[in-house]
Amino acid sequence: MKLVDNSLSQWPALLAMLVLFAGILVYALRDRHIRSIFKREFLAYFNSPVLYVIVVIFLLTTMGFAFLFGAFLDGDNASLTGSFFFWHPWIYTVLAPAVGMRLWSEEHRLGTVELLMTMPVSPWQAIVGKFLAAAAVWFIGLTLTVSIVFTVYYLGEPDTGPVITGYVASYLYALGCLAVTSAISALTRSQVVCFIVSVATCLLALLIGYPQIVDFAVRSVPAWMESGVRAIEYLSFYTHFSDMTKGIFVFKDVLYFVSVAVVGLLITDLALRSKRA
Amino acid sequence: MIQVQNLRKQFGTKVAVNDVSFAVEKGEVLGCLGPNGAGKSTTMRMITGYFRPTSGKITLAGVDMLEDPQRGKESLGYLPENAPLYSDMTVASFLGFCAELRGITGAARTKALDRVLDLCFLDSVRNQSVDTLSKGFRHRTCFAQSIIHDPEVLILDEPTDGLDPNQKHEVRGMIKRMGQDKAIIFSTHILEEVEAACSRAIIIDRGKVVADGTPDQLKRLVPGVNTLDEVFRSITRSDVEK
Repeated sequence: MKLVDNSLSQWPALLAMLVLFAGILVYALRDRHIRSIFKREFLAYFNSPVLYVIVVIFLLTTMGFAFLFGAFLDGDNASLTGSFFFWHPWIYTVLAPAVGMRLWSEEHRLGTVELLMTMPVSPWQAIVGKFLAAAAVWFIGLTLTVSIVFTVYYLGEPDTGPVITGYVASYLYALGCLAVTSAISALTRSQVVCFIVSVATCLLALLIGYPQIVDFAVRSVPAWMESGVRAIEYLSFYTHFSDMTKGIFVFKDVLYFVSVAVVGLLITDLALRSKRA
Repeated sequence: MIQVQNLRKQFGTKVAVNDVSFAVEKGEVLGCLGPNGAGKSTTMRMITGYFRPTSGKITLAGVDMLEDPQRGKESLGYLPENAPLYSDMTVASFLGFCAELRGITGAARTKALDRVLDLCFLDSVRNQSVDTLSKGFRHRTCFAQSIIHDPEVLILDEPTDGLDPNQKHEVRGMIKRMGQDKAIIFSTHILEEVEAACSRAIIIDRGKVVADGTPDQLKRLVPGVNTLDEVFRSITRSDVEK
């Protein structure tokens, strides 16, 4: 079954975006300092058991939810939108902070932030390098779910557009959560505090756009406040995510997540400055 | 090599460092003395570019640290208090990472690594995880990091803190040797260290420089006393007395 029959026309936009992302990545990693910090941080993930635990939980939950609660096999629907991608925001709300919480909290706790900030490295190079490392880790995690794509192609004839935009949306959502976590981790030396506050923030960013909650809010406020509710809804991660998983690839949604990431990293910079004030 | 002019740092209403000025030339080792909380670490953190001063001017090897901190930091080696390290790395990978950030790569990196591993007696723990090191080794690893690029300026915040007497002796000797062609500032509580390693010393109390001179000059500062220890106690105030 095809959900949205416009996937072909979206290819150029999608391709342009992928090229843009690859461009940003290559440009950032050409910087010697960003590359060193990226490499250290990326390897640090693999040296710690936390990463393996998170990836396993991620795979179990994404697959488990798709097959058990998402009724992937019962639905008679060769699509990943409702059964697989639907759960990702909820999973990211908990797991992305678990990946991102060590980014700066650990530096503060160990005191190595003092070392890093007195090296000939600009704070931005450190922030971007660390963020890219967390993003790369998430890329690997998401890539490992690819077996479900083979499954859906084996069982039926899914529309390729929503599968690809779904993955893009899912990854962008994860980057949004990681940027939020990066900002909060720069504010505290405790990974536990960072984790809890980040989960709460990501949950808020999800719920303010969740259809049931928005409908409830619209029904319970006076009519003149509805536009206010809609404006808040528009700020939600979820609103921009759900359209994309249905195969509606709109550049403004991508731009939204990119802005979230940029704002998150800007706040990280401000938080690091305030710690050194 | 190091010039500090009218340095001031305020945290809220509390003045941590108040109008501190001094200069250190190449070949000099400056000891920085003072009671706990006197502003030694804050001063060092400003010189290294970690804290931004409220006002004042810092010049390292001719580079204004407030105008071009990134270039200034290139000529600087810094050992922070408590010798922080990334606990998930090995000694060699940590030092390799620091070398990379300093722009030392390829064969030069291997050479620099071998040099500091040898100089700081770290060869035996080369591939050991930082997490499992004893305090002395941790300290020397962080110290190795600060000299990996053979900097012109070296700032050491309590480099002998927590070391056993043998290690203290070794570190002092190292500082004195390196002081011949670098400008070094190090802070300490241990007064005999000043006599052993410094060519000059300043005493900081409540954010101000209260004495500046060679160890011998400092000893003669207060009439009637002739040890550095007594001088220190008579010109600084302990935080238990009001």
